[in-house]
Amino acid sequence: MAESDDIRTMFFEECNDLMDALFEGLQLLEDDTPEEDTVNAVFRAVHSIKGGAGAFKLDELVSFAHKFETVLDELRADRLTRDPALVQTMLRAADHLAHLVEASQSQGEINVERGETLLAELDVYVASNADADAEVVFEPMALNFGGLEVEPPSEVTINIRFCPFEKLYFNGHDPLLLMDALGSLGTLIVDIDHDAIAPFDDYAPETPTLTFLLTFSADDPERIVEEVFEFVEGICTIEVTPQEAQDETVAEEIQTIEPPDAPEPEIAAAPQVAVADQEEPPAKREASASTNAKPAQRGEAVAVQPTLRVELDKVDRLINTVGELIINQAMISQRIDMLDLPGDGELESDMADYKLLARELQEGVMSIRAQPVKPLFQRMARITREAGDATGKSVRLVTGGENTEVDKTVIERLADPLTHMIRNAVDHGLESREDRVAAGKPETGEILLSASHKSGNVMIEIADDGAGLNRDRILDIAINKGLVSRESDLTDPEIDMLLFLPGFSTNSEVSELSGRGVGMDVVKTAVQALGGRISIASTPGKGTTFSIVLPLTLAVMDGIVISVADETMIVPITAVIETLRPKKSEVFQLGADQNLLLIRGEYVPIVDVQKKLGIVGGEKEQDQLVLVLVESVDHSRCALCVDAIHDQRQVVIKAVGGNYGDIPGVSAATILGNGKIALILDTDHLTKVEKMAPPPQLPPQQDLRVPHG
Amino acid sequence: MNTSVLAIDDSRTIRMLLQQVLEQAGFDVHCAEDGVEGVSKFEAVNPDVVITDINMPNMDGFGVISRLRGEEVKTVVPILVLTTENSSDLKTRARDLGATGWIVKPFDDVALVQVIRRVTGHG
Repeated sequence: MAESDDIRTMFFEECNDLMDALFEGLQLLEDDTPEEDTVNAVFRAVHSIKGGAGAFKLDELVSFAHKFETVLDELRADRLTRDPALVQTMLRAADHLAHLVEASQSQGEINVERGETLLAELDVYVASNADADAEVVFEPMALNFGGLEVEPPSEVTINIRFCPFEKLYFNGHDPLLLMDALGSLGTLIVDIDHDAIAPFDDYAPETPTLTFLLTFSADDPERIVEEVFEFVEGICTIEVTPQEAQDETVAEEIQTIEPPDAPEPEIAAAPQVAVADQEEPPAKREASASTNAKPAQRGEAVAVQPTLRVELDKVDRLINTVGELIINQAMISQRIDMLDLPGDGELESDMADYKLLARELQEGVMSIRAQPVKPLFQRMARITREAGDATGKSVRLVTGGENTEVDKTVIERLADPLTHMIRNAVDHGLESREDRVAAGKPETGEILLSASHKSGNVMIEIADDGAGLNRDRILDIAINKGLVSRESDLTDPEIDMLLFLPGFSTNSEVSELSGRGVGMDVVKTAVQALGGRISIASTPGKGTTFSIVLPLTLAVMDGIVISVADETMIVPITAVIETLRPKKSEVFQLGADQNLLLIRGEYVPIVDVQKKLGIVGGEKEQDQLVLVLVESVDHSRCALCVDAIHDQRQVVIKAVGGNYGDIPGVSAATILGNGKIALILDTDHLTKVEKMAPPPQLPPQQDLRVPHG
Repeated sequence: MNTSVLAIDDSRTIRMLLQQVLEQAGFDVHCAEDGVEGVSKFEAVNPDVVITDINMPNMDGFGVISRLRGEEVKTVVPILVLTTENSSDLKTRARDLGATGWIVKPFDDVALVQVIRRVTGHG
């Protein structure tokens, strides 16, 4: 689904470019200063919009573009003379096309009235030229033979005399493949007539001389032959004779397959490209729509910021390089500090400038990957409407901060969790119409979706003005499902957070809309996977607000710097719950070498990172453990045992796969200010392996120490 | 070795659709955005089959077919025309120039893959 959405998004981007080209061309025509290729360029623009629109089943757009294109084709072929009236009509047609593109993109209303007027106007130009076009031939013409009303006759055998011309080979066909295709659709016996082969001295290798004599049995074999040999009509002879007839006189009842009437059966069957996301038809036709339909001004489409399209790979390489520059700058700074140079600190001041510039460069490069959240939010408007319809609630989505820019990948991966949360907000958050009115609220519920930058992060909020969380009920459900004990004394925020527990679903009757066994825990997991956090604030009677805080990019992350033996490593901060030094009484031994930590009544396995990664080093004192309690995305926990915790900082993520292959327990690496490489621990893996226990004994020679730069 | 496909189309959307559909079907896909790039890519990647649009800037689909079948390149790899055009005149013209087959947009991905398999004999 995401892929198709990508393509859809790309289609509309492309449409914007094409509309620009279209208006530019029409402007030249209006000014009567066309260049040689102007009409062609205008034609191509409309043509390409039509082609893409067909793939997404945007029928309104296809049929209008088709009519427009037909007129342009007439003009292109000089069958139509350009005059100011025609150019004006085309300009207005282009306006309408822009409107249709926009309406298709945003699922907005279509100005049907204007469309019909324009179609009629365009028709005048087409009709005045007698050879009016056949109607849009986008009707599916499927390849299957299922359409036959009559019971297909049982196997019929025919004889085919197939003699390829030189042209057939020249056009890239291979008789063998044609016969293979035939053979796969019935029973085929092939014989070869090689009488025409010339004696060796006269033999011309490029001139085909073979004739294939095929005996083919199938249901409706002639139809199949027509299908298979469709592309080779006219560049070979195919003579089909029924089996019985052949026994008598060969010559008499020969029947040559005539080319079928145009339009020929197309391979392009139904216009169904695998667009999983079946959008609702762009047009909800309502007679009244024309009034509130946005009159797409011609100027609007043109007023687009010029853009440059660059391969994502290039940008990512650039980001990577800049990341290294930042590290390099940090190294130099550190060295200068260590040198303790005499003088008036000019070098330090230069260095400070360098640092500033490097930061600016980094931010600039990161912003290339950033995109406004607007398209994402627009999709959510549709989700809201659908959810409203499904629940019979009146609801509208108010968006804010649509131009906030977020990393492209983050936007893509945010679509599913947001969809889920919006549906939840409509389904569970908002009250029914009657309840709202009874509570003195407006009948129409409101969901506010907003994005903003907040101290180097992106904050996304989904707020409804519903009844607020019913904490008594949440607690009841959690207790009934055994998620918390009856005695537990939880604060309101703690109760709210129960929503995120796996297996929690508030609606006792699973509703059609949001409750499908997946709950808010999936949302939380998705957000965490993006390096983000999610929180809830709820006021009874006033509504609920979910806040998601995300990093601006996936190229850097916050981590806790730890050391294990002589190695420095990073634990992603999103996985960390807390750090602690346990008392001896809180550590229990299980079996030979498994230790458990007792924390708040729960036993959590202790993972010795040093052993786990096979790092050579001394034993630790059991009573001086330093532990980092982490939680994996599947909510299992473990306590990582490390030597020391040093710092918390932002690190640039570097892949290690390319150089070292996959290392279990390590997700990536980073370079520290002192130039040393630090591995970033894969906490998901570390907790998972521990659950699978017994821990595998890594041979000590598997030394993961990395060269110190 | 996977069957390699060269897709020539000036529409980014169509190129991406083709890429997605054909890669899913296990083909190696190369793309070009007009006829001129198509011809030079052809020589660079030596594909097993070419899919080309008709209406394109710089060099149209007919130009592509003539160049690829012409004396200079003289290839016999299958060339499929993929276009919204659907007139017999244009089809005949394409065939006379040396096109192997004709597919009308919007295309059905399953049928397209079938046709490619049929004309290449791969898979």
